[in-house]
Amino acid sequence: MPARLKAVSVRLAQAVPVIFGVIVISFLLTRALPGDPAVQFAGPAATAESIEEVRRALGLDKSLPEQFLLYLGQLARGDLGQSVSTGQPVLSELAARLPASLELTLFALILSCAVAIPLGVLAATRPGSLVDQLCRILVTAGVSLPTFFTGVVLIYVFYYLLGIAPSPLGRLDFIYLDPPHVTGFFLIDAALDGDAETWFAALKQLILPGLTLALFTLAPIARMTRAAMLSALSADYIRTARAAGLDRNKILYGYAFRNALLPVVTTLGMVFSFTLGANVLVEKVFAWPGIGSYAVEALVVSDYAAVQGFVLAMALLFVLLNLVIDLAYSAIDPRFGTSAR
Amino acid sequence: MTDMLTDMAKALASTPETQKKKSNGALAHTLYVLRENPVTALSFAMFAFFLGSALFGPALVPYDPLATNAAVALQPPSAAHWFGTDNLGRDVFSRVIAATRLDLVISVAAVALSFVFGSLLGAIAGYRGGMIDTVLNRILDTIMAFPLFVLAMGIVAALGNSVANIIYATAIINLPFYARLVRAEVNIRRDAGFTQAAKLAGNSDARVLAFHIFPNALPPMMVQVSLNLGWAILNAAGLSFIGLGVRPPTPEWGIMVAEGANFIVSGEWWLALFPGLWLMLAVFTFNLMGDGLRDIVDPRRRT
Repeated sequence: MPARLKAVSVRLAQAVPVIFGVIVISFLLTRALPGDPAVQFAGPAATAESIEEVRRALGLDKSLPEQFLLYLGQLARGDLGQSVSTGQPVLSELAARLPASLELTLFALILSCAVAIPLGVLAATRPGSLVDQLCRILVTAGVSLPTFFTGVVLIYVFYYLLGIAPSPLGRLDFIYLDPPHVTGFFLIDAALDGDAETWFAALKQLILPGLTLALFTLAPIARMTRAAMLSALSADYIRTARAAGLDRNKILYGYAFRNALLPVVTTLGMVFSFTLGANVLVEKVFAWPGIGSYAVEALVVSDYAAVQGFVLAMALLFVLLNLVIDLAYSAIDPRFGTSAR
Repeated sequence: MTDMLTDMAKALASTPETQKKKSNGALAHTLYVLRENPVTALSFAMFAFFLGSALFGPALVPYDPLATNAAVALQPPSAAHWFGTDNLGRDVFSRVIAATRLDLVISVAAVALSFVFGSLLGAIAGYRGGMIDTVLNRILDTIMAFPLFVLAMGIVAALGNSVANIIYATAIINLPFYARLVRAEVNIRRDAGFTQAAKLAGNSDARVLAFHIFPNALPPMMVQVSLNLGWAILNAAGLSFIGLGVRPPTPEWGIMVAEGANFIVSGEWWLALFPGLWLMLAVFTFNLMGDGLRDIVDPRRRT
């Protein structure tokens, strides 16, 4: 369908200025470092000559537009600078730790969608019922929960009091070996390896941090599902479908739910943004070796290249995700592209 | 919307008596809303409690929140220490109450900054339209393209690790919400009948914008402010939880949870629980207040 193809390419083109803006902001953040960036990047044991050398190497003796072009060139080569504390390139460290964060985030999102969407649908179909009240309480309480606090409470209850959760330290208990690296997702790698014991061990470590993040994301998804379902159910086409004598399930899931899904998918994009931020806190609580805890460690030792690399990587990830969500619209929404300008 | 004009006319022509009647009306409406919705009343009572804690808390608490006493370290809650003591023997209750001031100051200052600058930018962009509007929208899009907490981390890392920079970072990440809201509200009213009437009556653009159009944006803004105060507290506490901004031994909820988290695996739950609970209650209060405020300030309900 050419109209749809055109709409997709328009959406792709729209992402370009946003990505450019993100790069400009992260450039400004790198150059706005307190004091002299050259001193920061040269490290604590720098002499006057080595600082001067770093200044030339980083191109800090040039004008700001020239520096920006250099920065663009570095990014194009995938160079996010060197981490001062570990001496490794920031990009490779981020890449090594990204699967841990993604595994946690996706696990949490799947978990919360699995609870929140049915809850929202049930609450919308039975307004005023017990389910609706439960939904309302969860939504109001959920948005007030500080993630790091939920995590600490969960550790206390399930690790210290009940003793059913493993110690909240990382992705795998030290008695297990990491599964052979294929995707970096321990659950997938262990399954590919056919190692059930490691798979369960990894799942056990994942449950508490996953639950913490899921509790945080539950509220917006449930609220949006409920609202979208309510407005879909009161639409004219539902009345028509009812009048035509279609059976209840067909109306509910075939028509109302499919239409209600659109705003829910949009909300998922926003929820993902919150989740990426909350990830940092949850990873710190559970000593999860993802990019969030990498950034926190880098912040503590003032490793600015690592922090800014992390911020840029997160922003690009988020832009990419929003793009994917908008493109997913074309699959869900039959109207997509018909009104494209 | 034309009732704005009649309101103005009334206000101009009002004698002291009608003024009194009007303020009585607002008060009666507030009382009515509070009676109709006990949850709102509860949230206002809780807000008053937090405000009281912030104003008088540091003077009223039984112990010095910074005084260490090794003899009573890590004691569970008791009559002498309601919330127990931490690893240095500091009274957790005193610290939790004393921390209210700092947490509220950070969030209120951040929200006030984003309210003022967001309104200003949004109002100008919505009223003028054209180039300014496009540029502002692009900038806001770019800010929103970052995961907001991550951007706040980046800003604090770049500007330097201090409480003032936490406030700026929180203000920047909240700015787009205000600017967009005001822009939309101003934009739909810039050619409205009452706007044109006000202009014809000889009011300057700035005056029309500030006194005729902008007040219409206030009801949704109040809701946004209240919800945002909750986010701002969460955001600031989150930043200090990961070691940014507030430094120990300053009492602050986020940093207290962070310090308490080290003791949770050995069973000393009170160190992290109480500051976390207070943080949660504060956010909860602001979220509940958001809906209550909307009912009170909505001009369509004031008749």
